[in-house]
Amino acid sequence: MIWLAWRQFRGQAMAVYGLLAVLVVILVITGPPLPGSGVARLTSAEDKVYNAGIMLVYGLPAIIGIFWGAPLVTRELEAGTYRLAWNQTVTRTRWLATKLALTGLAAATAAGLLSLAVTWWAGSIDAASQPSTLAHVVSVTGADAFASRVSPPVFGARGIVPVGYAVFAFVLGVAAGILLRRTVLAMAVTLAVFVAVQVAVLFAVRPYVIPAAQDTIPITSANISKLGVSGSGGVAELAVAGPRGAWVLAAETVDAAGQAVTAPPWTATCVMPPRQVSETHPVPSQECFAKLSALGYRQLVTYQPASRFWALQGIETAIFLTLSALLTWLCIRWTRTRLP
Amino acid sequence: MTAVLRARALGKKYQRRWALTDCTLEIPAGHVTGLVGPNGAGKSTLLNLAAGMLTPTAGTIEVCGGRPGSGPAQLAKVGYVAQDTPTYARLTVSDHLRLGARLNPSWDDALARRRIERLGLDPNQRAGKLSGGQRAQLALTLGLAKRPELLILDEPVAALDPLARREVLQDLMEAVAEHGLSVVLSSHLVADLERVCDHLIVLVTSQVEITGEIDGLLATHHRLVGPRRDIATLPADQHVISASHTDRQTTLIIRTEAPILDPAWTVSTIGLEDLVLAYMGRTARVGSGSGSGRRPALEVLR
Amino acid sequence: MIEFHLDVRSGVSPYLQVVQQVRQALRLGLLREGDQLPTVKDVVARLAINPNTVLKAYRELEHDGLVAARPGVGTFVTRTLADASLAAHGPLRQDLRRWLAKARLAGLDDESIEALFMTTFRTAAQENIA
Repeated sequence: MIWLAWRQFRGQAMAVYGLLAVLVVILVITGPPLPGSGVARLTSAEDKVYNAGIMLVYGLPAIIGIFWGAPLVTRELEAGTYRLAWNQTVTRTRWLATKLALTGLAAATAAGLLSLAVTWWAGSIDAASQPSTLAHVVSVTGADAFASRVSPPVFGARGIVPVGYAVFAFVLGVAAGILLRRTVLAMAVTLAVFVAVQVAVLFAVRPYVIPAAQDTIPITSANISKLGVSGSGGVAELAVAGPRGAWVLAAETVDAAGQAVTAPPWTATCVMPPRQVSETHPVPSQECFAKLSALGYRQLVTYQPASRFWALQGIETAIFLTLSALLTWLCIRWTRTRLP
Repeated sequence: MTAVLRARALGKKYQRRWALTDCTLEIPAGHVTGLVGPNGAGKSTLLNLAAGMLTPTAGTIEVCGGRPGSGPAQLAKVGYVAQDTPTYARLTVSDHLRLGARLNPSWDDALARRRIERLGLDPNQRAGKLSGGQRAQLALTLGLAKRPELLILDEPVAALDPLARREVLQDLMEAVAEHGLSVVLSSHLVADLERVCDHLIVLVTSQVEITGEIDGLLATHHRLVGPRRDIATLPADQHVISASHTDRQTTLIIRTEAPILDPAWTVSTIGLEDLVLAYMGRTARVGSGSGSGRRPALEVLR
Repeated sequence: MIEFHLDVRSGVSPYLQVVQQVRQALRLGLLREGDQLPTVKDVVARLAINPNTVLKAYRELEHDGLVAARPGVGTFVTRTLADASLAAHGPLRQDLRRWLAKARLAGLDDESIEALFMTTFRTAAQENIA
């Protein structure tokens, strides 16, 4: 049965692995940027590779789900060949289990290899990622464009989670195929559900799987990262950089009593005098921040620290693999009871 | 006589429509059994149930002493060549033989290679490029080389030209003679069935109308032609399958075990085609009337 | 060795056609004692007919003492029909001529004679089977 599964799969496998090989070669030839340098400043070509790497690691699981998963069973249903396959001396369960295992393994390996290559290539950039602050923007232009690896969108394009995504997308495609029995329809549904699950996990699961850390941080000229001024001259938005490498989930200004407030209106003009753009302006005046601090205003930051990167990766991979296992069980069950 | 297939009150329902109802029959081993009936009568459903492709909604079916599709041992015993003889279009002829060899412990590779050679099929040809007849032969080769106890064929020759049809049936019959396997095949080409089958099942509107050995069926069915008379006056052992009347004459097709003694009748034998048509036509007529008219007609038959 | 053919439209069942063709060949001297009949497999592969049909025909011929099966070798002719019945043909033909003359005397035309003969022949044949 492994022979048949491989014989049917090898064309698709070669297409994806061939593309993968090309990508890895490109990454190896260009080599990781800024070796050893502590400053993150990329050429435009490097910048393109960096962004393309993230997109590809996100895209590969979707491609696997659509082109490996969805047609796995529907192709046999549409061509009627399942009637040939199921009448050899092999049960449907073994037939499907073999196909799932072989293709699933290939999916995990492909995603793992790509993630490994991209993670290696972008390692120095991830390490050099700085929290974005106004001060930093002024001193080193272009150096702060990179998110830390624990925060989206980088998190899903590094480490082991792409393996979980790929396996899940693949089994999702197979399940959609078994339920819908039409290749094109199953492909569309696979993509829609896969994206929906990723978004749901990003907003509803990942921030909460480990209770987020909280810190109150004094507002200083060095760490202020955003200041929005409303039409009436008050402060609409004020943010400071979180701890280095952290994924900041929420931030709010609190007063001496610990109550959430907006910063007093004078902060706007004090920190950033009108008609002066931050890039050309020297460091904001220190008195403002001293006054804010004296009045007890601080930032309360909720975040996932950089140190939790591997714990979050492990948990999220486990979640996707568990979902995959559940879907696999359903696929095998449906193949026995709902097909043809 | 051992039964290779035994169905009791078998039924299959798709969503809301019953494709097969209350089907009770036995197919003896060592025979070639033909399954005839109009389109949509449930032939494919019955065969799919026997092959384990479908699970029954009601009743039971037992094939070669086991539940269809219940495991590798059962799958090994039953070969199935599905309608339109599906093959993997992108796989070559020799790939298909390898598929058979890898997936069937009982695979007879010599038989498969001999057949492919004799048929003149190019082993490196993709199955998608084969003609309908060649594809049917390839599918039949897979079914035969598996060396099953029972081979089920669903309309194996329906799409073929007369020459290819004859070739497929010749090969099938040769395999039956050589390996002594039992065969159940469906077709609506009665002339083909008359040649290759020795056992017959007539399935009409999802019910079994009659089943038996063909020679026996032909010996017990007669066409009677005579002066017009009421069929209610016939002896109790003469079961009317079809009747037509003109103002003077009555023509009947009847089933009876006993000799026909009434000298008023001109008695003649009927061919298989007439017999099958008589049963199909009968149900169509009875079925179009009131629902209650149908039951007694069936009771008479049994 | 003889070759069988099959006429599906004749209304005669395939096994009877095989029997009749063997008897015909025996009668005409095409098959002699010791000749082998085609194997079941050969007949089946040529005519695309059911092996049981051929077996049944051969069994009937064996039952009539015309052929004998040697397991693993084949089926062989043991008796010929050529001379056994030829001697009887003369007197029977005489009887039939006399009967035909009587029928014409009674006013039957050719068609009536044929119809009468065929129905009587069939009825008698059926009674024998029954």
